[in-house]
Amino acid sequence: MSLFRFSSTALDTAALRAELTDPGCGAYAAFEGWVRDNNDGQRVTRLEYEAYAPLAAREGERIIAEAVSRFGLRGALCVHRIGALPLGEIAVWVGASAPHRDEAFRACRYIIDEVKHRLPIWKKEYYEGGDSGWVNCERCAAAVVHAGADAAPSAAPETHGHGHAHGPRR
Amino acid sequence: MSAPLYGLLLTGGRSRRMQRDKLTLEYGGQPQLARAMALLEPLVERSFISVRADQRDDPQRSAFPCITDVLPEIGPIGGIHAALCTHPETAWLVLAGDLPFLNTATLQQLIAARAPHRLATAFRSRHDGKPEPLCAIFEPASLSPIEAWIAAGQRCPRDFLAHSDVELLTLRDARALDNVNTAAEYLQARGEFAERSAGAGNSAGRTAAGVKRRLNIQYFALLREQAGRSQESVTSEAVDARALYAELSAARGLKLQPEQLRVAINEAFADWSQVLSEGDTVVFLPPVAGG
Repeated sequence: MSLFRFSSTALDTAALRAELTDPGCGAYAAFEGWVRDNNDGQRVTRLEYEAYAPLAAREGERIIAEAVSRFGLRGALCVHRIGALPLGEIAVWVGASAPHRDEAFRACRYIIDEVKHRLPIWKKEYYEGGDSGWVNCERCAAAVVHAGADAAPSAAPETHGHGHAHGPRR
Repeated sequence: MSAPLYGLLLTGGRSRRMQRDKLTLEYGGQPQLARAMALLEPLVERSFISVRADQRDDPQRSAFPCITDVLPEIGPIGGIHAALCTHPETAWLVLAGDLPFLNTATLQQLIAARAPHRLATAFRSRHDGKPEPLCAIFEPASLSPIEAWIAAGQRCPRDFLAHSDVELLTLRDARALDNVNTAAEYLQARGEFAERSAGAGNSAGRTAAGVKRRLNIQYFALLREQAGRSQESVTSEAVDARALYAELSAARGLKLQPEQLRVAINEAFADWSQVLSEGDTVVFLPPVAGG
């Protein structure tokens, strides 16, 4: 089974964790990204994720392989939700197992950061009052139009903790 | 039961004699890196390229899953070692990056003759009769002897196989493993590919301006909404992705600027200047927001 997956249903974290158990490991760390009820001062009521799945799956596998090689992991797994998500649900899950804790912690951080920046996945937020918007897209468009040539899009306030991944970052 | 088979293309060589990255050399209009991966991918469960740490940001290499050398500066055996370390329960079909004549039939011969109970399966060199290490299958059990070999100060993968329990095969296509080390050898090999593709009626896939190509476009997220569709088939004279986006943004009212987008062609990240070919699937990627 591939180490990066998409799921259109709620995640079973116990089952995911069980895939990483390994008697040679002294450490396991996991990261859960949750659907939050606010962003950028607006009340969020739900989210929708969309992905270019074949490319995202391949790039996701690549990120896991990088983490395994970089941190000497014994196991790693990442699952990203797709489709409509209510508040509070897990949007993305990362788990890593390693002989020692430092590698497991750092690998989780590496995987989630790279997933956010590199995978062709898009998030639409639906707000109280009926508005909606694609995260990063509207803001980038606004930054380009209003800020002038010398302001990088990343100068926009990063209230949601998402990088801007449209430039070749690697 | 034999271990699953993954593929590994070695790209960490310094190409000192060529004085140019051998993986970017083109044959029949396609760089060797893409040619070799296209050969490998259908034959193995997963495929990777082996890179030095300082090559990880190279745009051609980073389009593929990479495995970085664990032990630097020890040559191809370091790439094989890193792959076995990364996936220790997997056998690896290892390929050098400078084999332009390699073909599917030769790889199929190797895979069909694979002997999982031995350390490796390899062809006998037609030059010196020794095992050819850089078009060979390394079984998981080869990891610890390779580590011991490296620890003993040895580097040569050919000598390693010559001293190991290896299934040796006779190459059916004698030229398949001829490699290209110098500029003169490259020019000769490239000339042969040009003749072949001319004989085959320009099958190389590269096309020029003024030629209409049928392309598949997929739209996602904000661009899908702006285009009012998730995909379409277009006929275009656009030579590259940049020209294609200019056409489509005018025709479909796409409001994002190219600077805000990335391009994927045939399910791989691509440059805006990549030349388009008949039947390509092109996707313009709006700013992403996973997680």
